[in-house]
Amino acid sequence: MGKRTNIQRVNAGSMADIAFLLLIFFLVTTSIETDVGIDRMLPKLEKNPVIADVFERNILRVLIDDHGQLLVDDVLIELTDLRQKAIAFLDNGGFAYNHPAYCGYCKGERNPNSSDAPSKAIISLSNNRETKYGAYISVQNELLRAYGYLRNREAQRLYQKDYATLESEYKDPTITIEEAEHLKSKIKNIKELFPLKFTESETK
Amino acid sequence: MSKFSKKKSGELPPVSTASLPDIVFMLLFFFMTVTVMKDSSLKVQNVLPNANEIKKLEKKDRVIYIYVGKPTQEFQKVFGTEPKIQLNDKFADPSAVGDYILAERAKKSQELQNVLTTSLKVDKNANMGLISDIKQELRKVNALKVNYTTYDGDAFNNLQ
Repeated sequence: MGKRTNIQRVNAGSMADIAFLLLIFFLVTTSIETDVGIDRMLPKLEKNPVIADVFERNILRVLIDDHGQLLVDDVLIELTDLRQKAIAFLDNGGFAYNHPAYCGYCKGERNPNSSDAPSKAIISLSNNRETKYGAYISVQNELLRAYGYLRNREAQRLYQKDYATLESEYKDPTITIEEAEHLKSKIKNIKELFPLKFTESETK
Repeated sequence: MSKFSKKKSGELPPVSTASLPDIVFMLLFFFMTVTVMKDSSLKVQNVLPNANEIKKLEKKDRVIYIYVGKPTQEFQKVFGTEPKIQLNDKFADPSAVGDYILAERAKKSQELQNVLTTSLKVDKNANMGLISDIKQELRKVNALKVNYTTYDGDAFNNLQ
C-alpha cells in the first residue's frame, strides 16, 4: 500500500500553453461578424415578357448615371432629396374622392399627375453599366427607407407600433402561435397598404 | 526581537497558476462557440458599401457567397485591375455563376435547396455592368433571393 503514495503526478504546468495554442488557432481561423445586407428578390425570368399597361403618372423613373448622378423623371436631383421625392410620389393618392380605389390613408398632395394610389405606384430603377455599385446601393437604400417610413407611419396609426418592431416581434421564438398569427396578419395588412412595387430594368 | 525578524525573512508565496489552464479553456470555448470558420480566402478587394435598411443574414448553411472586386495586389499582374468575380477560391467569368450556384445548391440537403440566399459581396467601386450580368445568370438558374451584403452605416458615405 505504501507504494501508491509514491506515484508521480503528471505535470500539468504546460496545460496552459497547450490551451493558449488552441485559443490562438481559433482566433486566427474564425471570424466573429455576422453578415448584414439589403434583401431583395430578383424577378423571375419570363420567356415572353408581358408589356405592362401602366399609366405614365404611376411610374417614378429613377436613373443612376456613370458618375452617380440621379435623374428622377428626367430631373437631376441630389441623393439626399430622393427619399422625400419617393415618399411624395408613393403617398400621393391621386384618385378622386368618389373613386372605388380612393386612398383614404394617403397624406400626399392628391396631385392628379402623380400616382393614383400606393397599390398602383411603381418605382422603376435603372442604371448604366459603368454606374458604381456604391451609388446603386445608396439609391436602393434610400428607396427602401421611403417605403419603410410610410409603413412605419401606418403601423403607428393602426397598431401604435413601429413596423420594424412588429417584424422583430414576429421573429421572436418565444411568442405563442396565436400571437404569431395575429402579428402576421398585421404585417400583411401594412404590406398591402404600401406594397413594395420596385422594378429594375435590365442594364443597357 | 527574533520573533519579528523571522517574519520579515519569509518571502511572498508565488501566485498559484494552477487555475490558468481553466481560464484559458474558458476563453477558448467562448471563441469556439461565438465564431464561425472562414471558408475561403479573399482574392479580391472587398470594401462593402454602407446601408441602413438592412436585415441580418442568418443561418450560414443557407447562404451562397459571390465575391466581386478588383483583384488584390498579388493577383493584379495576372488578372489586371478590372473587377472580377470570385467563386470559392477561383476567379470566374459571369457565365460560370449559374453552374456554380447549381453545384452549390446540389451540395445542400434537400429541404434547404429551396430556401437558399445568394449573398453578393461586392466592392463598392465595382461596375454595375458586372453585377447585372450576375443577376441575369442568377435569374436563369432561378436563384432569386439575393442579399446585397453591406456594412451597417450611413448610405451617403458610399459616394465619396
